[in-house]
Amino acid sequence: MNNYSNTRATLAIAKASFRSIIRSPSAVVFSLAFPLIFILVFANIGSGGVAVDVGVAKGSDTLSPVYVALKKVKIINLITTQSAEDMKADLSKGSIDAILNIQKNKNGAMTLYPPLSALGNNQKAPYTVNVQYTKASSKGAILQSVLVNILNNINETFRKKISLDHFPVLAEVKETTITGRAYKYIDFILPGQLGFSLLSSGVFGTAFVFISLRLTLVIKRFFATPVKRYSIVLGEALARLTFSLLGATFIIMVGHFMFGFTLIHGIVTVLNMLVLSAIGLIIFMGFGFTVSGIAKNESTVPPLSNIITLPQFLLSGTFFSVTAFPKWLQYVSNALPLTHLNNAMRKVAFEGAGLGDVTHQLFILLLWGIGVYAVAVKTFKWE
Amino acid sequence: MQIHQIRCYIYGMAKQPIITVNNLTKNYGDFAAVKCISFEVYEGEIFGLLGPNGAGKTTTLEIIETLRDKTSGEVTVDGFSIDKDADSIKKIIGVQLQAAGYYPNLNLSELISLFCGLYGVTKTPMEMLEKVALTDKAKAKYKELSGGQKQRFSIATTLINNPRIIFLDEPTTGLDPQARRNLWDLIREIRDAGTTVVITTHYMDEAEVLCDRVAFVDGGHIVGIDTPDHFIDKLLESGFERKKQVKDANLEDVFINLTGKEWREG
Repeated sequence: MNNYSNTRATLAIAKASFRSIIRSPSAVVFSLAFPLIFILVFANIGSGGVAVDVGVAKGSDTLSPVYVALKKVKIINLITTQSAEDMKADLSKGSIDAILNIQKNKNGAMTLYPPLSALGNNQKAPYTVNVQYTKASSKGAILQSVLVNILNNINETFRKKISLDHFPVLAEVKETTITGRAYKYIDFILPGQLGFSLLSSGVFGTAFVFISLRLTLVIKRFFATPVKRYSIVLGEALARLTFSLLGATFIIMVGHFMFGFTLIHGIVTVLNMLVLSAIGLIIFMGFGFTVSGIAKNESTVPPLSNIITLPQFLLSGTFFSVTAFPKWLQYVSNALPLTHLNNAMRKVAFEGAGLGDVTHQLFILLLWGIGVYAVAVKTFKWE
Repeated sequence: MQIHQIRCYIYGMAKQPIITVNNLTKNYGDFAAVKCISFEVYEGEIFGLLGPNGAGKTTTLEIIETLRDKTSGEVTVDGFSIDKDADSIKKIIGVQLQAAGYYPNLNLSELISLFCGLYGVTKTPMEMLEKVALTDKAKAKYKELSGGQKQRFSIATTLINNPRIIFLDEPTTGLDPQARRNLWDLIREIRDAGTTVVITTHYMDEAEVLCDRVAFVDGGHIVGIDTPDHFIDKLLESGFERKKQVKDANLEDVFINLTGKEWREG
């Protein structure tokens, strides 16, 4: 009896708590299913998610080189099945962005041989492209620039074919795309979802466990054994940490192998992300301890937890970049811990930063940690 | 265990106190829940704390169990003072709380393993469950048990650390007559194995057949402490007479006679 081991007691609680967590449906749903569903949905929207809906008027020449070229442009979505009236109505509502009508000109010169060097300037072009834009959508401008680009190319080719390339050209566009790492939407959404998974597990999970252990007198029964208080907190924390890190690894693996989530330095990046996850979770658990202390019963846990998690869910760059917000809202965003965890995660995962490169984020997280635990120690109740 | 039994045998007649409570007082703000009470519990006996709700029974128990601070007074458990040696006391007592739950989502085996870790002892879940005849429920969750099974399981968790004393707070409340009698047998077995039992109850018939000594608590005071037999004899000597003639059997005996002794699992 004299060789009582606090470590053994702590591990016994950790083991019990871990078993309990993996058997509780809400823990699994919030920590794994929700993030994966969001990742699934947003990863398939693709890069930026911009699409220009263009109605194609009945009778358009779909064999024309302009149409063929437009069809190859990914962000242009050509709609051919609508009637003229519907198209008109949709255009004025802005649910389609433009209406296109390509007509072959009857007396347009198409014969390339003999060379048309002698042609006059009043000769009609072979095709007329009529485009109707709408004030209800700003995406028409994208179509406009795509069209100009296509037409320039076609005209250029055409001119070369008829050996008119000695004609003076005012300006020529030379376009090049550098080959860099493609920043896919998954690279943005996955760290955000991971952060949110840690936040909800840390806040909801911890708060629910401690309030239920307190109200059902489980903790009181523990106190009748030689176990130390710190063993109870440490054991619970260990279990949640293990569960959340396994979950994080799973989310990262699914993201990497199914959606091409970028991991610059492979396993090292994963380990760095797990260290960040652990730091994040420990801070978020502080909120959970506080909520469990303030809440009178189990039904007051969700509203209190939501006050902490929802603003961060929306404002911490989980779905949209913080830079998309108005300036005053950015100040709010930049004060939240999840924002800094997300930023650190993205730097580590996509830019290949080490933990030493995200010290600014870690410092702010540390400040949050100190603040949250100062409050948690004051509010936490054992019975 | 053997040494312990020998000690019981040697001291059994001499009534060696294992718990000593001296002038214990507990105030909650202005309200005095326990008012300067003193009593002793002897080693190897079943000691009953009886009294109406709010009399201070549970508060007294929880102070002895080191779960609650006292306002003043002295309590010694097996030679350890609750002020200085709370940790030593926790190691030699087993506690069953009134209405306590168990860790959620775990089955009985896993709960026993958890308590083994908390007490720092090595026992197999099966050997503990066997003591309370629950081996067939090893994979069941606590909340799936019947009332009687729940109480037996609670008692199993109090026995994990081979305690010198176990505390049972209203263990038979809400049980049917069969389950209640079955639990009495279990409690007697525990006492016969050398463990001191401190129990609270609202049922006087239970205290009469189960307890070696009882203390009546009312309004924070102990108003009497003796064996059930002596209490009854003293009352009769004072000229007390029951209004209705007592028969040699009561309605519960009829109940047991009609419905059988074997235990029903709810």
